[in-house]
Amino acid sequence: MPRHTDLEYEEELRQIREHLLLMGAKVEEMIAASMRALLERDSDLAAKTMRLDTQINRIEMETDEMCVRVFARRQPVARDLRFLTMVLKVVTDLERMGDMAVNICERVIELNEETPLKSYVDLPAMAEAAQGMLREALDAFVEADAERAQAVIDKDYVVDAFYSQVFRELLTYMMENPRNIYRATRVQSIAKYLERIGDHATNVAEMVIFLVRGKDIRHSGKMSTIKPPSGADLGSVDSLDDLSKAK
Amino acid sequence: MTDNLANPRITARTMNEDSDRVSGPPEILKAKIRADDVHAFYGAKEAIKGITLDVAEKEVTAFIGPSGCGKSTFLRCFNRMHEIIPGARVAGRVLLDGSDIYDAEIDPVRVRRRVGMVFQKPNPFPTMSIRENVLAGLKLNGLKINDADRLVEESLQQAALWDEVKDSLHLSGTSLSGGQQQRLCIARSLALEPEVLLMDEPCSALDPIATARVEELIHELGGKYTIVIVTHSMQQAARVSDRTAFFYLGELIEYDATDTIFTKPSDPRTEDYITGRFG
Repeated sequence: MPRHTDLEYEEELRQIREHLLLMGAKVEEMIAASMRALLERDSDLAAKTMRLDTQINRIEMETDEMCVRVFARRQPVARDLRFLTMVLKVVTDLERMGDMAVNICERVIELNEETPLKSYVDLPAMAEAAQGMLREALDAFVEADAERAQAVIDKDYVVDAFYSQVFRELLTYMMENPRNIYRATRVQSIAKYLERIGDHATNVAEMVIFLVRGKDIRHSGKMSTIKPPSGADLGSVDSLDDLSKAK
Repeated sequence: MTDNLANPRITARTMNEDSDRVSGPPEILKAKIRADDVHAFYGAKEAIKGITLDVAEKEVTAFIGPSGCGKSTFLRCFNRMHEIIPGARVAGRVLLDGSDIYDAEIDPVRVRRRVGMVFQKPNPFPTMSIRENVLAGLKLNGLKINDADRLVEESLQQAALWDEVKDSLHLSGTSLSGGQQQRLCIARSLALEPEVLLMDEPCSALDPIATARVEELIHELGGKYTIVIVTHSMQQAARVSDRTAFFYLGELIEYDATDTIFTKPSDPRTEDYITGRFG
């Protein structure tokens, strides 16, 4: 893409873009660290990771401010306009993901005060999938690659399927022994946070498609058009409601 | 994003007429002006290289593009003003309500009465009063004026100037501020009851407040008249027009609903120009 004739404008947009990517990198770091804190039962790391959130919040506010300044001074149009509206939305998703990572750390600290419930197999894989979605969505943004963004959206199924799997497994623990409930609900919350992170990554990917193609694909009934990858449907019990119905 | 959600003028029509349409440029139901393979020359230099385009009736159409792209030349083809310049000529057809204004038997003066023009610099006749200025077009055309008072008031009302000048109609047209002078020129055009108003950079000599007044006026008049405006200000095109055409080097690059042009133009040259990535 050619550069703006006004190089200062070009520089302003570049800074906004860098802020967004920096924020994305910090969120990724938080998710990874929160999972490490879980697996290694490291409450100090969890506490340290939670503090990263203030940095993310600060970047969000700075980015918002920069966007508003460009709106006021430059009256952006077309691709620049789509870019800036995208950034304004995406920072919110990233900030929420940061909050999710904070919540994970809170649950980790609570879990670390108890004896371990079980060894974690699905959660790290689920975290890897959710984090991978975020990374891919940001890469798709950098490359302005709508197909790559679409791949992220399609992948949300995997994370959702992991959640169902984890949930079912935790139910068996809870039914086995009520003493497990406290810990199992903490672990279940972590799985829910990861599932939400996947949803936010999907939002980011949708905005990348908007940026590249100028087409808003949100709320377009994607669930009915995308078939789950074979074997990904690991169960349909998503909530306690479903379970009571099944009985 | 649904096209033209923000533009009731276009949305209402396209939705009623053709509810299956979900995307693509909104259809022009009635073309007030149809340019058919129009070429315009200054001597040997071809300034307009065969442009075909429909101007929708009772809408505002904006022409944008860098200096020298031919947008003003093209505009002047619509009321046979281009040929006034020595050595200049036009080829192709310009249909006004279906009949070619370049037909041999057509009187250019009559064309210009139906297709009025407002210029870059406000140009009220300096020796005439405000009232005389409004009536000047009719007098110059040798037309009979039945109720001059009413015509003056109506024209000035339509140009959103009446309240400001109703007590000073006898003052010279040049005693007004720049923005008022421009609205006086618009009133002068409206007094002839034109069907089309061509505006060549009508706000470029005005301050922001006067510009806002004229822009509001343009938008209002758009429901009653067919308006074509040439502007260097992309924000202005975005604010006042229903459709926008982008010209470059004498060619029409892209023509679409204004909302589409300024959010997701389809040609990269349009994109580069409106985002300021040109040259």
